[in-house]
Formats: sequence, C-alpha cells, structure tokens
Amino acid sequence: MSEKIIQMQNVNKWFDDFHVLKNINLDVKSKQRIVVCGPSGSGKSTLIRCINRLEEHQKGNIIVDGTELSENTKNIEKVRAEVGMVFQQFNLFPHLSILDNCTLAPIWVKKMAKKDAEEFAMKQLEQVQITDQAQKFPGQLSGGQQQRSAIARALCMEPKIMLFDEPTSALDPEMIKEVLDAMVNLAKGGMTMIVVTHEMGFAKEVADEVIFMDEGMIVEKASTKEFFANPKNDRTKLFLSQVL
Amino acid sequence: MPKINFLKPDNRNLLLFLSLGLLFIFLAIIDFSLNNFLDKNITSFLPRIVNFFTPLIFGIIGFYLIRIEFSGIKSLDLLNKNINTSNFNAALSLFIIFLLIFCIPPLLNWFIFDANISGNTKEACTGNGACWVYIKVWFNRFMYGMYPNAEQWRVNLSFAIVLAFAGVGFFMPTKYKKYLTLYYTIFLPIISFFLIYYLISGGSFGLVWVETGAWGGLSLTFIVSFFCLIFCFPIGMMLALGRRSDLPTIKYSSLGFIEFWRGVPLITVLFMSAVMFPMFLPDGIYMDKLIRVIIAITLFEAAYVAEVIRGGLQALPRGQYDAAKSLGMGYWKLHLLVILPQALKLVIPGIANTFLALVKDTPLIFVVGLLELAGMLGLAKTNPEWLGFSMEGYVFAAIIFWIICYSMSRYSQNLELKYKTDR
Repeated sequence: MSEKIIQMQNVNKWFDDFHVLKNINLDVKSKQRIVVCGPSGSGKSTLIRCINRLEEHQKGNIIVDGTELSENTKNIEKVRAEVGMVFQQFNLFPHLSILDNCTLAPIWVKKMAKKDAEEFAMKQLEQVQITDQAQKFPGQLSGGQQQRSAIARALCMEPKIMLFDEPTSALDPEMIKEVLDAMVNLAKGGMTMIVVTHEMGFAKEVADEVIFMDEGMIVEKASTKEFFANPKNDRTKLFLSQVL
Repeated sequence: MPKINFLKPDNRNLLLFLSLGLLFIFLAIIDFSLNNFLDKNITSFLPRIVNFFTPLIFGIIGFYLIRIEFSGIKSLDLLNKNINTSNFNAALSLFIIFLLIFCIPPLLNWFIFDANISGNTKEACTGNGACWVYIKVWFNRFMYGMYPNAEQWRVNLSFAIVLAFAGVGFFMPTKYKKYLTLYYTIFLPIISFFLIYYLISGGSFGLVWVETGAWGGLSLTFIVSFFCLIFCFPIGMMLALGRRSDLPTIKYSSLGFIEFWRGVPLITVLFMSAVMFPMFLPDGIYMDKLIRVIIAITLFEAAYVAEVIRGGLQALPRGQYDAAKSLGMGYWKLHLLVILPQALKLVIPGIANTFLALVKDTPLIFVVGLLELAGMLGLAKTNPEWLGFSMEGYVFAAIIFWIICYSMSRYSQNLELKYKTDR
C-alpha cells in the first residue's frame, strides 16, 4: 500500500478533567478502510472528530495529508475541505433543498461555478440513488434518504478521506441497508474511510482493519480476518461475544 | 307521540326546543336592551335580585334548550360547538353578547352618528359625538408638523421615491436575488438619506432650507422608525454574533454594550443624546438633533434585537455547526450561509415584536423637542382655539398607530409562512 495519509502520534485529549483519548497512535494509509468499534463512551467519535478538528486535541500530533493540525485556521480549513464527514444525525441544512445542500460548499468554499457544481452534485446524488429527490427539502425525506444525501454532500467536496460517525445508529432498521450499500459502493471506489459503527457485518465485508477502543485507548488493532477469528484481548472477546 | 321531557332537550322534538330556546334568548336580549337604552323594565314585577338577573336567566334557559347534539342543522351544531358547550360556557357567551350590546351603540354614536365632519371652525361641533372637524383642520400639522405648507410636496415626493426604490426589490429578477439583502441594508438607506438630506432638509438646488426642528407629525414618525429599523437590525446581528464569539475582547465588549443599553430607559438615553452629548463634542462640530436621536434609538433597540437573535442562534443544534465546519466553511461562511438563515427565520416573531415596540417608542422623542404624530397632538390640544378635543386627537393617533403596527405584524406573519420550508 501507499503512503500514510493520516498520522496520529501520542494524541491525548481531555474534556475538562475527563481524559477522553489516551496516547492514541494510529496511521492510516491511502485507500485503507478502517472500522472503529467499542462500547459507548469509549472515545470513538471523539477520535474521528479530532481528525478534522471538530474537537481539538491537547497533546500529540495529528497530520492529515501532510498538513499538521494546530491552531492555524488556514490549515484547519484546508484539512476540512479534504476530509468529508457523515454524522449520526445527518445534519443536512434544513433551509436548503438537497441539491443546494450539495452545491453550497463547492460553490462557496471551492469557488466552483454554479453550473459545474450542480452537474457534479447530480452525479454524486446518482451514486447514492436519490436524483429524483434533488429538489426536495431534507424535512421531506426519510432518514435513509437523508443520510444518503449527507454522504453525497460530503462527496461533492471531492474529499480524499471520508469519516463516518455512527452513520446508521439513528436509522430505522429497514433503512440501514440502503445506507450501508451506499457506503460499500464508496469503499469499492477506493475511498479512504474511517467508520465508527456497530454494524459488524459491514466491518467484515468492507474493512481492511478493525480497531477496538475502550476507555479512550486503542485496545486492539488487527486486520479484519484476524480481529474476528481470534481476538487477543479479553475485553475485545467480551465485546464481540455480545454484538455478534 | 313520545313524551316531551323539558329538562332533557333531544333530537325528536327538535323544532319545539329550538323555537322555545330562541324565544328565550330573544326575550333575554330584548329585556337587556330595553333596560339599557330605554330605561324600561318589563320584569319589574319580579323580586329585585331576580329582576336584575332576568336577561341572564332567560338567556341560559334558552341556550340550554337549544343545546342538542347532532341536531343535523349545520349552523346550530356550529353554534353549540363554539359558544354553547356547557352552562358555564353559555353564561360567558351571554355575558359577551350583553357587553357588545352595551358598548357598540354608544361607540357608533360617538364615532359616526353624532359626529361632526363639515365646517372648519370649533363652532361647527355641536353634537355629543366626535368632532372630526378638529382632525380635518389640524390634519396638515399632524402629518407634517411645522413643515411649511408650501414645501410639503417635498416630503410627499421623497416618501414616494423611497417607496418606489423599496418596491424595486419585489420585482427584481431571480438572478439578482442574492444582492437583495445588500440592496436593502446598504443602498436603500443611503438613497433615503440623500433624499432626506437634499429634498426634505433642502438648502441647495434652490430649495428653501427647513430645519429639523420644524419637521414633525406622521412623516417624522416614519423617518425615525425607518432609519432606526434599518440600522438596528445589522448592528443587533453583529452584537449577537459578537456575544457568542470565542475571542474574549469581542465577547465582553458586546456583552457590556448590550447590558448597558438594556439597562437604561429609552427616555434617559434620549435626554443624554440631546443634552449631554453635545457637551462632549469639540467646539465647532455640530450634529443635528434628529441624527442624534436616530443614533440613540438605533443603539438602544439594537441591544434588544441582539438578544432576540441570540435566542435563535442558540436554538440551532450543534450538528449544524459541525456539518458546516466539516465542509470547510470558515466563520463567516458558516454563519452567513448556514446559521443565520435558519436562526433569523426562527426569530421573525421576536424581531417583529421588537420592531413594533420601536415604532411605538418613537413618540418619546418629544423630550428633545421633536414632535412626531403624538407630540403634535400634545401641541394641538393646548391651542387655546381648540381646547377640549384631545379625545378625538388620541383616537385618531391610536387608529393610525394601529394601522401601521397591524400591517407590520401581518407582514411578519407572511414572512414566516414564506420561509417555512421545514419542521
């Protein structure tokens, strides 16, 4: 595989007194697909939110595609424009139509011409199969459709990395599949992905590596086969016995 | 034939109950009106307490008799559902009906039937009703204050031009829609300012100079409200954002500003602007009274607008900020494109509230000697020729203010509907 696109060295983060991330070391190579799992409150979401600095870390280094994340606002915005993110609560902009949701950032951040942005957005919407909903507002769509639109919106910035923060946790069971399908498609296209999820089926199908976190630490990190076939850590075994 | 139970109105004897009930209600109303207007008491043979309450008792009996569910008569069902669901409800309805009968005829008499409209002097007013002659004679003063009669076309013309410029926005093609905000917040005020400066104030282009002290009446109400509304909104928006800023300097200066202006009464602020402020200016620099007043009211109301907008900002979920940030938007893009459009939509009712209060606060500028509509009334009622007509004046002003405020409130409701795309 090719070069490291994300490097996290000795990352520590505190919420006031609470030590959320403890000495995280993680390298992600380009086109690698990583699934992060673990019990709630273990710091998974915080970990990926640190990668585009929605949360700031207090100690250690995070280097994304050659840019070090620090107080420097220019760098942060540069990284954010390259890293797409999909949230548990979709977070579409309710005052804009789906198409406008998708073209807003390309037009204003990347300075794309409106016509090109719309054309490109339609392509992305086609990938997640909701072209027919493009003119509707987020409030008029089902949860699954909203989440797929959110994926399309992130893709419109042509990110090099996609972060998924429990993308299916807020969905009805029958809508989970359509979102996972969209993500599988994306993975097949060669996107670098970090996915926080409880969907172990998805992990088995798509991930190159699985990371298990507990109490702010990376407890186990292994290739997918290894992780499910013979987990080494007791905590991991317990977790797997409960979710599988 | 089934037995009729008068204690339990039912469907079968619908017509009987209905006619009886209506008769009782009719009796109640007749009794009340006779008592009230003709001073005739047709039930005086009854004991005093009962006598006093006869209209109410008759009415309740009447309403009781017509309270038949599913009668099949549409208007009756509607009536029962809305004003006659229980005895208590019926009593309240009767009370309101009696109150209306009690109030409306005298009011109509005062407003219309006994009022005097023709004539031009105080002597024309002979009736007991309103003396609209007073309003007619003073109309020009109420509209334009002390502005010279011969020059009043200048005020009319500039208002017409401002209206025309404001209307342009509605007909702008969609292509230029995104410049609308810019147009309304920057260009329109500038155009209006120059219009007022050159046309109303005059002094150049061969127009006679009219000092601001002579301006007044409704036109001054409009001028003050217009500029205050237009300026206090963007300032309030900036303050709201400033108060939530991460930078301590900006945060605490906004906070201090807001709390200062919210903590002092408007009337003090106006006094300060008129009396104290000129003392702090260096010699030879003079700022017009009207401009000082407009600045004072603007800053005062901006503090209120800021708090209203902050409420809207806080109502938005954090996810909206996260999503916008994750797309690479910086502070200004995030706020202008994502946060403010949603927050402002949420606070339309609150903003309308503040703006209405602002318009109704403008009469306070009398403390610095500027007389807008209500101020002119105060002046007119002390005129020895026309003593004793303050009632007509205040009713007139109330109607005008009500029309202005009601149209603003309707407009804000329209905006709410127009921008309702979600939830």
